[in-house]
Amino acid sequence: MSEQAIVSSRLEHQTERLSQRQRTWRRFAKHKGALLGIFIVAFLILVALTAQWIAPYDPNKTNLRLRGASPTMAHPFGNDDIGRDILSRIMFGARVALLVGITSTTIAVSIGVMVGAMAGYFGGWVDFVLSRLIDTLMAFPILALLLTLSAVLGPSLRNVIIIVGVTFWASYARVIRAEVLSLRERDYVLAARASGASDKRVILQHIVPNAIGPVIILASLAVGGVIIFESALSFLGMGISRPTPSWGTMLSDGRDHIRNYPHIAIAPGLAIALTVLAFNLIGDGLRDALDPRERS
Amino acid sequence: MISYLIKRILQGGLVLFMVTFFTFTVMYFMPGDPARTMVGQARVTEAQLELIRNKWNLNDGFLERYWSWISNLATGDLGTSMMRPGQPIKDMIQSASWMTLQLTTLAMVISLLIAVPVGVLAATKRNSILDYISTFGSTLGVAIPNYWIGIMAIVFFSVNLGWLPPYGADSWRAYILPVLVLSIEEMAAVMRLMRGTTIEVLGQDYVKTAEAKGLHRNAILTRHVVRNALLPVITLIGYRMAFILSGTIVIETVFSWPGLGQLFFDAITNKDLQVVQAIVLLLTCIVVLMNIITDMMYAVIDPRVRVR
Repeated sequence: MSEQAIVSSRLEHQTERLSQRQRTWRRFAKHKGALLGIFIVAFLILVALTAQWIAPYDPNKTNLRLRGASPTMAHPFGNDDIGRDILSRIMFGARVALLVGITSTTIAVSIGVMVGAMAGYFGGWVDFVLSRLIDTLMAFPILALLLTLSAVLGPSLRNVIIIVGVTFWASYARVIRAEVLSLRERDYVLAARASGASDKRVILQHIVPNAIGPVIILASLAVGGVIIFESALSFLGMGISRPTPSWGTMLSDGRDHIRNYPHIAIAPGLAIALTVLAFNLIGDGLRDALDPRERS
Repeated sequence: MISYLIKRILQGGLVLFMVTFFTFTVMYFMPGDPARTMVGQARVTEAQLELIRNKWNLNDGFLERYWSWISNLATGDLGTSMMRPGQPIKDMIQSASWMTLQLTTLAMVISLLIAVPVGVLAATKRNSILDYISTFGSTLGVAIPNYWIGIMAIVFFSVNLGWLPPYGADSWRAYILPVLVLSIEEMAAVMRLMRGTTIEVLGQDYVKTAEAKGLHRNAILTRHVVRNALLPVITLIGYRMAFILSGTIVIETVFSWPGLGQLFFDAITNKDLQVVQAIVLLLTCIVVLMNIITDMMYAVIDPRVRVR
């Protein structure tokens, strides 16, 4: 092959790759729901980052004259049972929800990818042991596990992130394992092994990048679930401890005063629903864009 | 078929064994002195505490305690509650299980009865108003936390309108809110999957064949489409069992439903180790059993699975 031919074939290769990416991106950008989801998440991240400047009031400042006050112009979502401004607490609560949602999912995905890739790649007794570990984790109703671990470790933001991260990885591991099982026998993997690449290199360079698509989809769909479970944990009083503003504890306040101040529970529920909806929309968009087979 | 069943049961048994070990280990490291938690505010001497510790074998080593728990389990003895002295855990769990079983079964049946037909209709009438409403509804159904819907339902139907009792399980009217609230998420998940699988089946050759030979539309739907589209839904139900049980923990707390979820939550907050262990084991047993049953049903309905 002449030098020119090599250069042109390389160029072709590059444009091919680029257009593949572009096509995926275009599919994603055409997905109206996904764009709406990105817009909402970007907005929420902005609110969470700038809460200390844009929140109209101190989220923990009590005002006994405004105990359970209904929404007014000055306090659009009203005040809670000890007179704190609900809008400000919602803004600060976005920090907890996004932090737990994104960090825990990242931890879970990392563990899941590692365990799943090892089980699928090595097979044999490694696969047997890791698969039973995955089965065991998936046999627990997740909230029961979260509550038990939280009771042992004690409720705090850091512990919630860790607990959720180490309990949510099983489904990713299962998906990655199945993916790796089919990739393991592909020609390019066999070629890499034949040319003397170490197991670590084969897994990290050849297998994981090709198996990551389904995991990205799963992960983006999982952030919403993580946020709901975190809020449930806090709602039950075993998650984020007071007085840190979190949507789950706000809902718990709302439930305690359901008869006298029913409005307290409205805003945090809407905030959770909006956030989860946004992440789910992004996940749906990613799935349609990355996996054309699944397109409906 | 039989060997597949045996293999699945052995795997399930192994998983349950790991569950007991894992649960026991976690509970073993629960901070605080269980004996002191037990007596609460009561003034006791160290000697009395020591008596309690001896009675509950709290001074034994890890393996000794694990072994005595496991061997008692094997004989069907779940032990007695530490917080409600003298009350056998078996009795506590029995009545609570019945309440939770009613709640989850009713919720599951209602969600299937609604979600399956709606999902099929949405798939056959794509881009119709019904399709949009059901897609939008199932998107919202998984995004909105169900316990929040529960709180809002209590505000609306119990506090404002006074139609339904806000908590308890004393009359049939008390069942309405918890069952409906619990069924929403399942309904959303099933509807979404049913729509997707129906669309997929509608594009299959055998459906075209059935159309070509002039089979009536309804016959095609019931005989060919729905039967095949239901397969993944069956798997989903088994897989969702763990989620439904998670859901009951929060929903039962919201509605003060005297079931397993509520009992579990009380046991966790009171650090009633024995009860927590027993309930976790029971819940995981249910999940494992449901998974085996769905696998078997799948094999019975779809002969292709048996070959593997």
